[in-house]
Amino acid sequence: MTCALRHRRSVTLAIALLCLLLPVRAEAHLPTIGLGPVYDGIFHLLLSPEDLIPAIALALLAGQRGAGSSRRVLWILPIAWLAGGFTGMFVGTPRGSAVTCFSFLLLGSLIAANAKLFAPLTTALAAMLGFFHGYLNGSGINRFNDGAYFLLGLALAVFVVVALFTSFVIPLRRHWALIVVRVAGSWIAASGLLMLGWALR
Amino acid sequence: MKASKETITRFVTTLFTFLLYAQAVQAHVHKGEAVSFLSGLKHPISGLDHVVAMIAVGLWGAQLGAPAIWVLPVAFPMVMAMGGMLGLLGVPLPGMEIGIAASAILLGAAVMMELRPPLALAAGLVGFFAIFHGDAHGSELPAGENGLLYSIGFVMATGCLHGVGISIGLVHRWNWGQRALRIAGAAIALAGMFFMWKVFA
Repeated sequence: MTCALRHRRSVTLAIALLCLLLPVRAEAHLPTIGLGPVYDGIFHLLLSPEDLIPAIALALLAGQRGAGSSRRVLWILPIAWLAGGFTGMFVGTPRGSAVTCFSFLLLGSLIAANAKLFAPLTTALAAMLGFFHGYLNGSGINRFNDGAYFLLGLALAVFVVVALFTSFVIPLRRHWALIVVRVAGSWIAASGLLMLGWALR
Repeated sequence: MKASKETITRFVTTLFTFLLYAQAVQAHVHKGEAVSFLSGLKHPISGLDHVVAMIAVGLWGAQLGAPAIWVLPVAFPMVMAMGGMLGLLGVPLPGMEIGIAASAILLGAAVMMELRPPLALAAGLVGFFAIFHGDAHGSELPAGENGLLYSIGFVMATGCLHGVGISIGLVHRWNWGQRALRIAGAAIALAGMFFMWKVFA
């Protein structure tokens, strides 16, 4: 890489960081982000740890099992999420669920144990959890007000998150890097246990 | 080199995604209230008795080497979260403060004497004490509005304390480092004795 190119990249990065520091108006009780339902769906996932972390955990789990499992999860999870979302939108009732803790606990434990799951089992897990989380999301949105576009944005965001994290984990070869993934799994499982305590309190 | 640059780019992209996280607006937050990621992050480092024990786990793991170097820090947060769940549910654990002080004494002594028990025994000992630490944290937590972000911060802080211990423990490869670690172990054991004295004083 030439010195000029490196310099240009550094300047671009510095400008991007400065942009992050720009103050914006605080919006309390913001129902939408103002960019339309698709972006609402995308940002819902990015700003909801109860949905984002299970999606990341599933990506880490699939990444541990290699490219084959990851390719399946990459497609199955967003599709199941979308299907669950539509089901929840039409037949579900909006209610929180302590079962979300179960996702954290199960996926985190499997990652921490580096469980040698068969590809079909990982796929089934992705389908089940995707449908479940989608159902919870779908049951809380208005089907008469662009709910379908919201779910589409959500599923797209799930796809991107899974693609990013699996592509991060699959090439890892160094022992310590694989351990870091397992430690992340133990943290997810531990958070799930604490969440269960909060839910049952 | 190219592959590692791509990995770093992906990692930085992922990291920037987390910068998008919206934190809860905190008006009039009571001390210790479980309202955000940051309050969870601060909780484990608020008590010296917890801090020294968690660093001791990291130091001992570093002395024992692989696989204990990562088994102990994986086991501790999970078992501690289990103790935290019991604390949240109000399950009483007799001798909690004694257990916490004893953990600093015994783990410090293990580092000081560079004990090398079988992995199962070391993990069992660390897990046993983790329950006391978890229960203490869990029973201290007042109700809050965002238990999930709080739990994630809490677990991450615990893991990072182990990371600090492991990082310090890496000096074990040098002769002077081995001596320094033993002295650090003795200091932790002494701190544990002070905590024990405070329990009975």
